[in-house]
Amino acid sequence: MLEAIILTIITAATPLLLAATGELVVEKSGVLNLGVEGMMVMGAVAGFAVTISTGSPLLGIVGGAIAGMLVSLIFAFVTLTLVANQVASGLALTLFGLGLSGLMGESFVGQPGIKLQSLHVPGLTDLPFVGKILFGQDLLVYLSFAAVFGVSWFLNRTRAGLILRAVGDNHTSAHALGYSVIGVRYLAVIFGGAMAGLGGAYLSVAYTPLWVENMTAGRGWIALALVVFASWIPWRAAIGAYLFGAVTVLQLHTQALGIGFPSQFLAMLPYLATVIVLVAISGNRRATLFNTPSSLGKSFVPDR
Amino acid sequence: MGEGTGDSTGEMLRRVGGDTPLLEVRHVTKRFGSFTANDSVSLKIMPGEIHALLGENGAGKSTLVKIIYGSLQPNSGGIFWKGRPVTVGSPAEARALGVGMVFQHFSLFEAMTVAENIALALPNCRATGELSDTIARVSANYGLPLDPNAHIADLSVGERQRVEIVRCLLQNPELIIMDEPTSVLTPQEADQLFVTLRRLAAEGCAILYISHRLEEVRALCHHATIMRRAKVVAETDPARETVNTLAQLMVGNEITRVVRERGKLGPEAILLKGLTQVSQEAFGVSLKDIDLSVRAGEIVAIAGIAGNGQKELFDALSGEEPLEKEDMVIFAGEAAGLMDINERRLLGAAFVPEERLGHGAVPALKLSENVVLTRHGTGEGIARRGFTRFGKAGRIVETVTSLFDVRKGVLDPEARSLSGGNLQKFVVGREVERTPKILIVAQPTWGVDAGAAAVIRQSLIDLSRKGAAILVISQDLDEIFEIADRIAVISRGHLSKAEDADTLTPEKVGLLMAGGAEKKGAAAA
Ligand SMILES: Nc1ncnc2c1ncn2[C@@H]1O[C@H](COP(=O)(O)OP(=O)(O)OP(=O)(O)O)[C@@H](O)[C@H]1O
Ligand SMILES: [Mg+2]
Repeated sequence: MLEAIILTIITAATPLLLAATGELVVEKSGVLNLGVEGMMVMGAVAGFAVTISTGSPLLGIVGGAIAGMLVSLIFAFVTLTLVANQVASGLALTLFGLGLSGLMGESFVGQPGIKLQSLHVPGLTDLPFVGKILFGQDLLVYLSFAAVFGVSWFLNRTRAGLILRAVGDNHTSAHALGYSVIGVRYLAVIFGGAMAGLGGAYLSVAYTPLWVENMTAGRGWIALALVVFASWIPWRAAIGAYLFGAVTVLQLHTQALGIGFPSQFLAMLPYLATVIVLVAISGNRRATLFNTPSSLGKSFVPDR
Repeated sequence: MGEGTGDSTGEMLRRVGGDTPLLEVRHVTKRFGSFTANDSVSLKIMPGEIHALLGENGAGKSTLVKIIYGSLQPNSGGIFWKGRPVTVGSPAEARALGVGMVFQHFSLFEAMTVAENIALALPNCRATGELSDTIARVSANYGLPLDPNAHIADLSVGERQRVEIVRCLLQNPELIIMDEPTSVLTPQEADQLFVTLRRLAAEGCAILYISHRLEEVRALCHHATIMRRAKVVAETDPARETVNTLAQLMVGNEITRVVRERGKLGPEAILLKGLTQVSQEAFGVSLKDIDLSVRAGEIVAIAGIAGNGQKELFDALSGEEPLEKEDMVIFAGEAAGLMDINERRLLGAAFVPEERLGHGAVPALKLSENVVLTRHGTGEGIARRGFTRFGKAGRIVETVTSLFDVRKGVLDPEARSLSGGNLQKFVVGREVERTPKILIVAQPTWGVDAGAAAVIRQSLIDLSRKGAAILVISQDLDEIFEIADRIAVISRGHLSKAEDADTLTPEKVGLLMAGGAEKKGAAAA
């Protein structure tokens, strides 16, 4: 029973974690992309389509990532090159993604998909209890953890990460030091698109191998909120994603048990718990201030 | 070594450089809308030369160096590097040529540490422990000590200036452009910097040096180009000029001298009693048991080397940091220690912080909007029943700009488009024009030219003689002795007793300031 619950928590948390890690990098570079939901849902439909047309869920995942990148590229072009407002463009991107994915996915509705294989290491995976949890997950689960560590390492230990943070902190100074603000932001936005696409593909290829319209069901927005409440620190985003996943799963179980709580209240719990815990662990206001990218959402036009 | 006589300088330049200028600017013109900031400006810099660029506030100096550095593009004219024509399309291209720049308004990353800021300016370098060691060592060598692990946000402008300079020097450029590097340094720090600059010049590095401190220009620079109202009006060897003739070339007329006569003293208007404040910031300075009283009708100055608690003291006085006890700060007889800045303003107090762009004024807002920001809650009727009366704010902008001769291109420009000195005149003028009963001002003449500095200083004296109590926090000893009736020195959060200015000498105050600094250095080592 416990094992089963933990397994569902992992599947609930993974798409959030993938998308949030990507968006974290985007926001660290100073760009606010509110189109995560749209990029995720495009990743989901493309992932499903590629999977059933090639028969390979792995290719499906790659397809999901590429789809996410392509839509994010539209966003990057509009906000970075044409200097349109980031908030409005992000919202438009979400609406665009939801609409386009519905159109593209029409013929897939009701078709059975192919599920991404889970890892099987003889011996290890068969260990009681921990075996399945630690060694029996699919590729994307491991990838989501690798991404958290990778992004953490990138931002804090590499020169490229330093430059990315510099661009997000003060784009005028970064430009004055000779860095290409727009170039760095393009790369960050595209990375965010790929990660959101992966998160979407996880839903339609690993979570429930199906396509239904609007299948991201608001997860993109939750990923966005996680980034902020995690004060732009990757491991905190991971805690947030898992906490959210856990409370979601647990409250479903509670509802099923028929304990006398109103179901609306239970449905509210994941949001409440995540916000409270993440706010509590980011107690140090000064540190939070330093982690917040100061040029977030501001367009950059160099003086001429 | 200070004697740059014509002969030895020329000889030295021939030895290091040959006849090709390292950098030549030919007939560069730059317009902002219909306003011409540079009008056919030409300039030549030889290798190994320390070249001064002088001019009154708004003359176009920063605009010209930004063009050389690629931050701005000229409308016409050309730039030649080692005799070859180049287009400098971006700062990246300028840096690739070997140009380094110290900006007038810093280009630092506030949320990052000193080490990270410096790493960003060096090729292929990360903020490692090794870099921190280098920074600590090299900066101490330059006489501009830095703590590599401090966050920029916690530093005073003087310390930020040190970061900018050290960062630029570490890049080993062939041409260093310095836009007013010494305006917030102490005399000792500036002297150290000059030793470094002379050494670099002797090694063949060229330096384009902008400053309003004409004494140091005379001692340091081999050649001077002087601008007035967007044009080059003169070229000269500064060593052969006096401060006065240089100033005349810049401004076009004589500088009026500041006059200070004893005023009538009124009641105590600012009273600090046992002001103690433990700093919450990792690298902040704690204020320790500060006592001070300033009476209506006098100016008290607080001297001290940047980073000795001036920022914290200002924040405590202005209400940006709430205090423990309300009677630690008493304004006009009222305990104000727990009040916020607007409640303090209602008691008749006005505040001018040291950092003008970002703290004193919001860069992207117009001047009239910036007027509203500090004067909406002062009972002058600028904001009434939730509505803002911009007409009134606009009239204040007009008065301030004409009283303090703020040069601007359009009627109500954005704060960031003003030149540094003109913005400084504006942020000081905005508060002085209100005729407050209490004025607390940090670095009142940071980066303003000699003529305008005299105007600002005179306005502070006149305001105090009309019955205001004024507290000036400054590093500029000349300024302090020009305007202050009494002087106190701040050192590591302690404030010395304020003594009559007539009984003190700059040397004595300088020693007090440096004494504290030496002890501090020993403690840090
Ligand atoms: N981006 C801009 N838009 C409009 N006007 C500008 C802009 N930048 C500068 N100016 C105007 O150009 C003029 C020259 O400015 P500049 O900053 O070059 O002066 P400066 O010689 O450096 O003066 P200071 O000694 O005060 O620093 C000023 O009148 C300023 O208002
Ligand atoms: Mg300037």
